[in-house]
Amino acid sequence: MQTLSFGEIAGLISAKYAPEAVAPFQGSLVVGGEHLLEVASYLRDTPQLDFDYLISVTAVDYRSHFEVVYHLTSLQHSHSLVLRVRCPQNKPLVPSLVSLWRGAELQEREIFDLMGVGFAGHPNLKRIFLWDGFKGHPLRKDYSSGT
Amino acid sequence: MALKTEPFVLNIGPLHPSTHGVFRLLATLDGEVVVDIEPIIGYLHRGIEKLAEGREYQKDIPLCDRLDYVAAMGHSMAYAMAVEKLLGISVPERAEYIRVIMVELQRIASHLLAVGSIANEMGTFFTPFMYMFREREKILDLFDMVCGQRLLYNYMRFGGVSHDLPEEFIPALKKFIDQMPGYIDEYDQLLAENEILLVRTKGIGVLPPELAVNCSVSGPTLRASGVARDIRRCDPYSIYDRFEFDIPTFTAGDCYDRYRQRIEEMRQSLRIIRQAVEQLPQGKVNSRVPIRVRPPQGDVFVHVEAPRGELGFYLVSDGSEKPYRFHVRAPSLINLTPLREMIIGWKLADAIVIFGSIDIIMGEIDR
Repeated sequence: MQTLSFGEIAGLISAKYAPEAVAPFQGSLVVGGEHLLEVASYLRDTPQLDFDYLISVTAVDYRSHFEVVYHLTSLQHSHSLVLRVRCPQNKPLVPSLVSLWRGAELQEREIFDLMGVGFAGHPNLKRIFLWDGFKGHPLRKDYSSGT
Repeated sequence: MALKTEPFVLNIGPLHPSTHGVFRLLATLDGEVVVDIEPIIGYLHRGIEKLAEGREYQKDIPLCDRLDYVAAMGHSMAYAMAVEKLLGISVPERAEYIRVIMVELQRIASHLLAVGSIANEMGTFFTPFMYMFREREKILDLFDMVCGQRLLYNYMRFGGVSHDLPEEFIPALKKFIDQMPGYIDEYDQLLAENEILLVRTKGIGVLPPELAVNCSVSGPTLRASGVARDIRRCDPYSIYDRFEFDIPTFTAGDCYDRYRQRIEEMRQSLRIIRQAVEQLPQGKVNSRVPIRVRPPQGDVFVHVEAPRGELGFYLVSDGSEKPYRFHVRAPSLINLTPLREMIIGWKLADAIVIFGSIDIIMGEIDR
């Protein structure tokens, strides 16, 4: 077991990936959508990092863009990491991480349902809480219930 | 000659005693054997995340109580911790001890309900359940003493708790922690070696540790599969680093181990409460925090070990008096991820026990 600090993890990542693919931001890493799967598999499969447990996936609507936030941890090394992936308001789509961590399955469906962000490659992407005919995505800031 | 059967679809729920709330399972059966299962949720969706984003921080505490309505103390405590982290304020010593006592009592109350329902699911119609309720009632009476509520407490505040403990609380609590180990032994004596329970749970619904970790399963369900992840130990919060307690784990990951896991965790919770009562300092129970708080801009993620697993709050503040984003990492929802693997291949009657042994609560899943 060897717990790495955020600086050490960011150092390992920036030695391997270009700054436009992964950049540190407020104690977290901002990953470009097209590099997400590659970076995430590197984080999971490198023995030194060994991020085997995906704690949480959620999304925030910042009006100009959406941000999907991933909280990862390593059970063996007990270090944690926050990943952020941004996608524009008019193209809300990021790659799905279900192929790496099944734990993302229901959480990505929840984001798709309530925030309207799609996940490319998700095995069963459909609404989870609301019914199929429901219009709109309630957690978006521009959502109006019409009442 | 083996008989051929046509697969057929059986609808279970949404309103059914075995579904722990309003939960629907579409089971495809081949004879009695489950060949496919689809959980359908959302019947209890109240839009709590959206509601919380439209109200001031303080007004969201009662909403958090309503997430897991049989373990409300821990949920409002986790939310209060997240806001305290955003605000950068600390909690007085005495309040930390009171919080730990409350959430560990709550864990026992919640596990009692879980164990009672597992037994119920196997057809021991409400007898073990009523034994468990006998002690749960005493815990609810203790909660009633401190905040006047038995189910949804609204007791946690930013910077502490709402009231100090009343005079009669500590003697009543001491009496409870003296009696409770005997009651846990009694349940174990009645259930652990019970032949019906053994046949219905041993080797049934096995969750392998690799699958559990990959599916982000947490709490007793994860630890019964042999993974010793407990947030109180691996990322200590509040004052948990001051207490001696073990993280029990089991190896088989079947329904029996998930039952045993909860029995052992109740014993550990009692150990923590006993130490907390001995060390309980005097002093104030709330630091002065204004009712309308405006945390500085930023985001925060706080996770705690709730009775059903890893409960997380992700808050984003834009500097106003309402949270910009309010997200709950609900353990009950995520623990359902490996449900298909656990149930497929077992008989319908086993499916109900497997589902019950994960111990979910719908208020937290649907939110």
